[in-house]
Amino acid sequence: MDQGEPQEIQHQSARFAEGLLLDCGEHLPELVVAYRTYGALNAARSNAILVCHALTGDQYVGETHPVTGKSAWWDQVVGPGRPVDTDQYFVICSNVLGGCMGSTGPSDKRADGRPWGMDFPPITIRDMVRAQKRLVDHLGIARLFAVVGGSMGGMQVLEWASTYPEHVFAAVPIATAAYHSAQNIAFNEVGRQAVFADPDFAGGQYYANGRVPAAGLGVARMVAHITYLSEEALNRKFGRKLQGDAILKQGNLALFGDIFQVESYLQHQGSTFVRRFDANSYLTITRAMDYFDLAAEHEGDLSRAFAGTHIRFCVISFSSDWLFPTAESRAVARALNRAAANVSFVEVETDKGHDAFLLDEPDLHRILAGFLAGCARHAGLSA
Amino acid sequence: MRVDLRLIAEMVSPGSRVLDIGCSDGALIDELTRTRGCDARGIEIDMAEVTRTVARGLPVMHGDADADLQHYPDRAFDFVVLSRTLQAVEKPREVLRQMLRIGERAIVSFPNFGHWQVRWQLLWSGRMPMTSVWARPWHETPNIHPCTIRDFFVLCAEEGYSVERWLAIDEAGRKSPWRRFSSLANLFGEQALFQLRRA
Repeated sequence: MDQGEPQEIQHQSARFAEGLLLDCGEHLPELVVAYRTYGALNAARSNAILVCHALTGDQYVGETHPVTGKSAWWDQVVGPGRPVDTDQYFVICSNVLGGCMGSTGPSDKRADGRPWGMDFPPITIRDMVRAQKRLVDHLGIARLFAVVGGSMGGMQVLEWASTYPEHVFAAVPIATAAYHSAQNIAFNEVGRQAVFADPDFAGGQYYANGRVPAAGLGVARMVAHITYLSEEALNRKFGRKLQGDAILKQGNLALFGDIFQVESYLQHQGSTFVRRFDANSYLTITRAMDYFDLAAEHEGDLSRAFAGTHIRFCVISFSSDWLFPTAESRAVARALNRAAANVSFVEVETDKGHDAFLLDEPDLHRILAGFLAGCARHAGLSA
Repeated sequence: MRVDLRLIAEMVSPGSRVLDIGCSDGALIDELTRTRGCDARGIEIDMAEVTRTVARGLPVMHGDADADLQHYPDRAFDFVVLSRTLQAVEKPREVLRQMLRIGERAIVSFPNFGHWQVRWQLLWSGRMPMTSVWARPWHETPNIHPCTIRDFFVLCAEEGYSVERWLAIDEAGRKSPWRRFSSLANLFGEQALFQLRRA
C-alpha cells in the first residue's frame, strides 16, 4: 500500500521541552504542536482566531494540503474575504495532540527509538486544548478573539470556553455536542475493531513492517463516512445507480464486485484516507472523542462549565445531522442560557448531514461572517 | 422601526440587560444595543428569521416563549419584552411568570380583544370577528389566547404583578388618549402596552 509517507514532510511546529501532563495522569516528556497561521496578527495581538479541526482534519485549513494535494479543507470558510477573513483576522490552526501531521502522536518515536504505537497514552479533548493553549501562549496571544470548529473541533471550542474563559472572546461550536453519545461511541468502536482485526495492524507496531492496516482503517473510514452523510444526501447523490456497465436483471446477478455506485464511492473514501492517516492516531483520537463529557467535568451540570462566562457564543447545527443532532446543540445552548451567557443558536436547514459544515452552505457562511463581525464590533476590532 | 417597538425602546433604561422574546428581525435589540448601550438578546421561533438576524451580528437564539424561558436563571435580565406574542403562546400565564422570574420587569404588548369593532362584529354577525388587527379567520389564526385590556388587568392582580405603566395604542402603535380610563381604553384601544414588575 502506498502510504504517501506523511512523516517525510516537514510540518511547521512549536516544541515544548517541558512536555505535557495529561488527564490520564501520564506526563508526555516532550510536546510538539504542528500548526499553520494565515493573515497578520495586529499590533494589539487581539485579532487571532483559532480554528479547531475535526477527527480526520489537520492544520492545513487554508491552503493546499502538502500530502494529498487537495484544496484546503475549509476553503470556503477560511481565506481572504471569506467568513473567517484572513485579511482581517490572524488565523491559527494546529494539528491536535495525538494526530499524525506533525503534532505529538502515536507514530512519533519515544526515547528508545521505537514508535509509541498503542502505548501512546490515552488523551482527552481537554489535553488537546491544553496543547493548543501552549501554542497560543507561545505565539504571544493573551486572548483569542474567537475559537471556531465543527464536530470534534466544536468539542474543543466548548472545552476552550470552559477551561480558559478569560482567554476567549467569542466561541463558535458547530455541529457538535457536549458529550459523545452511545451511538457515536458505538460507531467509533466498529471502526476501531476493524483496525484491530487487520493482520497488518500488528498490535500497533506496523511502522517497522512497511505495511499499514489499510483494509481495517479503510473499513473504519467507510463506516464513519456513512455517519457524516444523510439518507437524503445519499439518495440524491447515488440512489440505486449502478456502477459502469453493471446490469441488474435475472440471470445476471453478481454477488461481488462493484455494482452500486455508493459502494465504490465509499471504497474510494476508505482507500484515499489510509494514505494520509495513521491508524494509531485514529484509535487515539476516536477514544478522546468518546471520553468527552463536559458536564461530567462539572458535577454533571453543563451550565457550570460556563458559569459566569463573558464569552459570546454562536451554536450552529444542521437539520439533517444525525451524528450530532440539533437536540444536542440545543442542549448546549440551553446550558448557556442557564449560565446567562450571551448565546446565538441557529439550525441550518440542509440535507447534507453532518458533513454540511465542510460543504457549500451559504447560510452557515453568512451566519459565521455576521456573528464574527458583530463580535468584532463589541471587541473594538472593526476597521 | 415599528412605532410600538419605538415606544418599548423608550421604556427600557440605558445599559439594561434585555431579553426580547419573539424578536423577529431583531430591530428592537439592534436599537437597544446601538442607541441605549444595552446588552440585548433575542429569542425567535422562525428559523429563517433567526438565520438572518444572527447573520447581521445580533445575538438571537432559536426557541419559543413556552419552552425556553425556563432555562434562564432568576433575575438574569432587567427587562424581558414580549411584543404582540402573548395571545399566541400556549400558556400565557406561565410565560408571564417566567418573564417576571428571569427579569426584574416585563414589557408586554398585545392586541386588545375588547375593542369596540370586535365586540360589535361578534354581537351583530354572530361570527368570530375579523379586523385589521385580528386579520385571520378563526381556523387559521395563531392567536389562540386573545384577551382584553381588562382581562389583563385582572390577571396582573391575580398574579400580584404591579402595573408600573400601561397605555393603549392604535394599530400603527401610536399612543391613544385613553390612559385615564381603562374601560374606555378597553373599548377604543386596538393594542395595549404594559410594563410590569414583580410585586
